[in-house]
Amino acid sequence: MDFPPRPSPIDQPVALYVTCLVDYLSPEVGIAVVRLLEHLGITVTFPAAQTCCGQPAYNGGYQHEARPLAERFLDVFHDAPVIVCPSGSCTTMIRHEYPRLFANDPARAEQARAIAARTWEFTEYLVDGLGRTDLGLRLRAPQTFALHDSCHGLRHLGLGRQARALLGAVENATVVPLEDHDECCGFGGLFSVKMPDLSAALLSKKIAHIRAGEAPTIVTGDVSCMMHMNGGLARQGASQRVRHIAAVLADGLPEGMRHA
Amino acid sequence: MRSEAGRFVTAARQALTDTPLQDAVKRATDTAARKRDLAMFADGRDHGEALRQQAAAARHRALSQLPALLEQAEERLTANGATVLWATDDAEVCRHVQAIAARHNVQRVTKSKSMISEEVGLNDALIAAGIDVLETDLGEFIIQLAEEPPSHIVTPVIHKSKDAIRDLFVEKLGMPPTDDAQTMARFAREHLRAAFLSAEMGISGGNFIIAETGTLCLVTNEGNGRMVTTLPRVHVALVGIEKVVATLEDYALLTQVLPRSATGQALAVYTHMINGPRRPGENDGPEALYVILVDNGRSAIYETEYAEVLGCIRCGACMNACPIYEATGGHAYGWVYPGPIGAVITPLLTDLKEASPLPHASSLCGKCREVCPVDIDLPRMLLDLRRDLVNAGHTPPPWTVGIRAWSAVARSPRAFNAAARAAHIAQHALPQGRKLPLGPLGGWTASRNLPKVAAQPFRAWWAAREKARDRDEQS
Repeated sequence: MDFPPRPSPIDQPVALYVTCLVDYLSPEVGIAVVRLLEHLGITVTFPAAQTCCGQPAYNGGYQHEARPLAERFLDVFHDAPVIVCPSGSCTTMIRHEYPRLFANDPARAEQARAIAARTWEFTEYLVDGLGRTDLGLRLRAPQTFALHDSCHGLRHLGLGRQARALLGAVENATVVPLEDHDECCGFGGLFSVKMPDLSAALLSKKIAHIRAGEAPTIVTGDVSCMMHMNGGLARQGASQRVRHIAAVLADGLPEGMRHA
Repeated sequence: MRSEAGRFVTAARQALTDTPLQDAVKRATDTAARKRDLAMFADGRDHGEALRQQAAAARHRALSQLPALLEQAEERLTANGATVLWATDDAEVCRHVQAIAARHNVQRVTKSKSMISEEVGLNDALIAAGIDVLETDLGEFIIQLAEEPPSHIVTPVIHKSKDAIRDLFVEKLGMPPTDDAQTMARFAREHLRAAFLSAEMGISGGNFIIAETGTLCLVTNEGNGRMVTTLPRVHVALVGIEKVVATLEDYALLTQVLPRSATGQALAVYTHMINGPRRPGENDGPEALYVILVDNGRSAIYETEYAEVLGCIRCGACMNACPIYEATGGHAYGWVYPGPIGAVITPLLTDLKEASPLPHASSLCGKCREVCPVDIDLPRMLLDLRRDLVNAGHTPPPWTVGIRAWSAVARSPRAFNAAARAAHIAQHALPQGRKLPLGPLGGWTASRNLPKVAAQPFRAWWAAREKARDRDEQS
């Protein structure tokens, strides 16, 4: 697949694509993204007409149903010079699947490729786009974290080192290993509803590794995986929880920025 | 072989409760995946990745000129003294082999591992013709005794523990009971040795055919492949039409990634390059060599957007990497090829409707593509097969209704927001922390708590903040 070179996002305002899961299930992640970007002096806008990128329909094979949502996204973010999204899987949908979805519609395909080049996953935007890893963050008390690499971010976007670099630069944050950190948690969207037993078998392996590890907090880049793992951890009565990288980083913002 | 892929969900559920199976498959696939990583990246990650891309290019080169290469292969194989036969489907393969057996007065056949022979049901066809057939790959030998299909394309008996194999040998072959794997292997070896010497025909698969030289290439580890292809009077090789490569150089690339990906070896124990039957003045080799080029659905795939999957070199690395395969083992997939490659080619080579669960048996984690030595985009194909299933109407109606409703609501931020508010209120009526008795989330909630819809969505926070800012600016 050919993609145009990515224009630098430096000194550009950011249009936040917050994702529907963050919007309605984990709004604190979206708030954290806004605070972190504003802390860096970046202007953030939130196009309120946004909804879902269409990934659930697309991944279920319902490409016909996904297309109007993808078109909607392209229209809503048409003018945005930089789009930042706190999800590896939604970013994958936009960057890799939209151009395929419109393979038979040259005008839309062109638009999709252009938008793909301007869309950044949150940690990728900071580290690869802006060249920032040390955001000047400091946790009030020492905390220990481990990272779970969500599959789409890891294998479709090449993410992993970005979150480690960002977290590693936070004062008072210690990162410890997590066994099989790059193994799937078993979520897979509708897969977890269609084949819940099989999905649960993967989840139970993931939870066993989390429970055997040192870190009380697991950090990941996708709230979908986060919600899946937290659903299993809570059911098992485990004390560990999974948090989104943005929420963890925002804990380290200076006092005034945390509630602005 | 008849596909039972439609039973995947039931079979997977059974597999999940089969503790010995779980242990055996996990141990074997973990070991294979670790050895594969070590072998592929022994000279550094960049070197290994470059090798993958070059191997992929070699396969693309072959596929892009497949019809011409097949004709060249036929011509060169024939010039080397082999007889080339073409088979459109499973029945034609069986007819060819039966006819060869009749022509050469064959009563006993030894076989080296061949997945195509599983695909076309060759053993049953030969037995029906009154011919003795013995599998001589140790794993295939074991499952033939157990009357089971293979559960992995490289290590067919991956699902069985050592104890289960011992019990089988004791019961079926009268082996004195032992716990020592070497003693068991020696027992099997002695049993097989007599068969090697008495068989009149050997049947093998084929890993590659080099078009420019007319060479049949086989990669094996147990030595049985060499026995099967050299001792009997007749050697028959069953090779899929997609296995042809253009040049010796391309073969040299592929033969580096195949054993590394399959078994973590830099080189397999036996690498056979067969250039025809015994020639005048030579002391060994078969009198006759037949190469049967098998289509059985492949040329139909070649015409589609899935053509890239024909580049597969059957290393099994995707199975060893796949968390779903690890959880279910191979039999749950219901046909010859399990794991991610099976989830793609079973619907394409058999029946899309019967195989409809397979493209959905994936969390789309992407590990299969990551380890594929020829970089086949299996996750993309799973997505496209799901699309094909929807378009062909092979999806449960409630799913279609649900997704259409979701898609319609998500086209309007107002309706989407209203639906989320309704869900926020409705969730209080749901029992927390236990399984829901009914509905699409019944299975989900068996082992996970549902996430909660937030009291205030992000967009409400944003709108309130914007409003406050506007107010501040005005005052």
